[in-house]
Amino acid sequence: MRGASCTWKKACWSTRDALMFALLVLRNAFRHKLRTTLTIVGIVVAITAFGLLRSIVEAWYAGADATSSTRLVTRNAISLVFPMPLTYAQKIRQVDGVAAVSWANWFGGVYISERNFFPQFGIDADTYLDMYPEFVIKPEEKKAFLVDRNGAVAGRKLANQYGWKIGDQIPIRGTIFSGTWTFTLRAIYDGADAKTDETQFYFHWKLLNETIKKRFPKRGDQVGFYLIEIRDPTRAAEISQAVDATFKNSLAETLTETEKAFQLGFVAMTEAILLAIQAVSFVVIVIIMAVMANTMAMTARERYGEYATLKALGFSNAYVGWLIFAESLAIALLGGVLGIALTFPLANAFASAMGTLFPVFGVSSQTLAMQFGAAMLIGVVAAGIPAWRAARVRIVDGLRAVA
Amino acid sequence: MAAMSIPFSYIARNLAARKLTTILTAGGMALVVYVFTTVLMLSAGLEKTLVATGQDDNVIVIRRASQTEVQSSVDRPSAAIIESLPDIATGEDGHKLISREPVVLINLAKRSNGKPSNVVIRGVTPAGLVLRPQIRIIEGRMFRSGTSEIIAGRSIASGFQRAGLGESLRFAQRDWTVVGVFDAGHTGFDSEVWGDAEQMMQAFRRQTFSAVIFKLVDTDRFDAVKATLESDPRLTLEVKRESRFYAEQSEALSKFISYLGVSISIIFSIGAVIGAMITMYASVASRTNEIGTLRALGFSRISILAAFMIESLLLGLIGGLIGLIAASFMQALSISTMNFQTFAEIAFSFTLTPGIVMAALIFSLAMGFVGGFLPAARAARMKIVDALRAA
Repeated sequence: MRGASCTWKKACWSTRDALMFALLVLRNAFRHKLRTTLTIVGIVVAITAFGLLRSIVEAWYAGADATSSTRLVTRNAISLVFPMPLTYAQKIRQVDGVAAVSWANWFGGVYISERNFFPQFGIDADTYLDMYPEFVIKPEEKKAFLVDRNGAVAGRKLANQYGWKIGDQIPIRGTIFSGTWTFTLRAIYDGADAKTDETQFYFHWKLLNETIKKRFPKRGDQVGFYLIEIRDPTRAAEISQAVDATFKNSLAETLTETEKAFQLGFVAMTEAILLAIQAVSFVVIVIIMAVMANTMAMTARERYGEYATLKALGFSNAYVGWLIFAESLAIALLGGVLGIALTFPLANAFASAMGTLFPVFGVSSQTLAMQFGAAMLIGVVAAGIPAWRAARVRIVDGLRAVA
Repeated sequence: MAAMSIPFSYIARNLAARKLTTILTAGGMALVVYVFTTVLMLSAGLEKTLVATGQDDNVIVIRRASQTEVQSSVDRPSAAIIESLPDIATGEDGHKLISREPVVLINLAKRSNGKPSNVVIRGVTPAGLVLRPQIRIIEGRMFRSGTSEIIAGRSIASGFQRAGLGESLRFAQRDWTVVGVFDAGHTGFDSEVWGDAEQMMQAFRRQTFSAVIFKLVDTDRFDAVKATLESDPRLTLEVKRESRFYAEQSEALSKFISYLGVSISIIFSIGAVIGAMITMYASVASRTNEIGTLRALGFSRISILAAFMIESLLLGLIGGLIGLIAASFMQALSISTMNFQTFAEIAFSFTLTPGIVMAALIFSLAMGFVGGFLPAARAARMKIVDALRAA
């Protein structure tokens, strides 16, 4: 028992007291094996679902996270649909602080069926790949791509998904640029780290331009967006303004922003869906809170008699309250840890099922922390009312209670 | 002895006896049903909006394989060939009901957060307005041909900066005054900005239209018209009924929403089913004596099973109804997001259909059934003597 100067709040327990308390909590937790097991399964499902949903939300932002602060994107100010003249490249290069300029066109083609979505770009091959040091390509493959005007480069994840090998012919049906275009896969790039998008498909902008010029002479020499490399990332805002000022009041006014802002622009357009997923990820926690609170309420109700006995023996109200509290936390902790452990294999399975739809998919440490926090929150909230009731139960009433 | 069933009021009172437990369990199920219902409502709302956008007797012609109007281009000679078709209906003024329309996307900033989103700008002709009878001007007036005046759809006027009545938008080196706001009867056009087709062509320096839309004299002639145009060697065009064209545009997003929503609901329902199971097991355990008594009185095992199943189904139904009622309030809300297929902003509202109500109720009953079956079976299997002897 405790020394005279000690109160519960000062928590100066002996080791034996603590062990006793822990043993009591664990024994209690597993008294109803079926009920506890069911509750734990519920928590595991909730924590895993929560983790997966958070990971989906993060994967949405992955494009923005993988950007470089030394790259700017210039596009037509009206919207991305409108092109800019090729002649802008020369003018942008003259802007102070610009280290290199490249350009590309969104191709938007379909590989076999509409369901196989992946981004395709016609790129200015000589300069574009140099701006992406995070795309690692074997030198001989890169050379093979540069010399073949029908050549293409694909990310590792994309190539794996469709089983492409170097030298394969890849037919893509154009939606913006009509006809079927057949490219020869000359290189496969690997990402420098896990954040790098390995689902892109690149081919020669020159090929695109020559073909357009043949068909529609007036639509030639047009660029979808410019990519600018700057020497000093702190000057990004200033350089962006300088570029846009160059083309003010021209037929194709421009909008220049950092690569990150450009990517976030896409995320913002689907924000409504993203917010819904986020909201729903919290709903599952509330659902399981209700289930867990029910378990604890039933458990406490059945044991009023025992709690009264403990009190009659001299244990404090707080001690009885903490017994329930600790039991709830123990169950939630167990469920939470199992749920977190289960998130990894499930996230992997989900990522491979989704293929290239989510270029980068993983469970971040922030997600893990949130999962753990959610599990603890479930334990705390569920124990609230039952613990309070048990602590307040009067000895006589408790001894008289029938479950 | 004939099978006797346990009175319903007896079953229902069991739920009322332990209020906190009933509320928590039904509450968990209600949340699952709420998520399930709102997601289906969202998907139905999007489909309804886009399906209602197209008219059945209107035909839309776009460049082959271009999928959307924004990606398409139809040059003037091709448009002239289409216009020479004999199957095009004639309007009251004697002109053919055919509209050649440039359609482009522009970035506008949302009123709510200032973030840019893609908005469809459509150039229309007087015939184009006749082709869409659902359009009504609700504020201001129609734009005048040959001027830089535009009218904005209801959702655009209220959702985007500088797009309200009397304000002006700047694009393509011009200031365009919003002289009217139109209501398109909850169709996709509510999320568009309209102006004079020829003015738009000049301002955007376009040589080609995006789409040609016309009305058929006889809607049954569609297949013949389609065959004529698509087999013409001078044209590389695709011909679709307008209704089909817009319905297809909702497919990817509405499938995405409903797949995601239904799989989430099913995962969530595991939690709620477990909650029901815990409650029902406890209900069985605390009434062991009662079950023994009932059996001794002559109620069969089937009656006991049925009584506990009904209790569990009732629990599910209560949860389902609460969830449905909460979800039905969502009908007042509308949501605006980018459609992946067109890259354009589309506004739509949560739509509750009888089918969704049925699906939600069946879903909630299924949760009650699955959650209650094992505990009910345990109750039914009890031996009379053991049950009566239990403390």
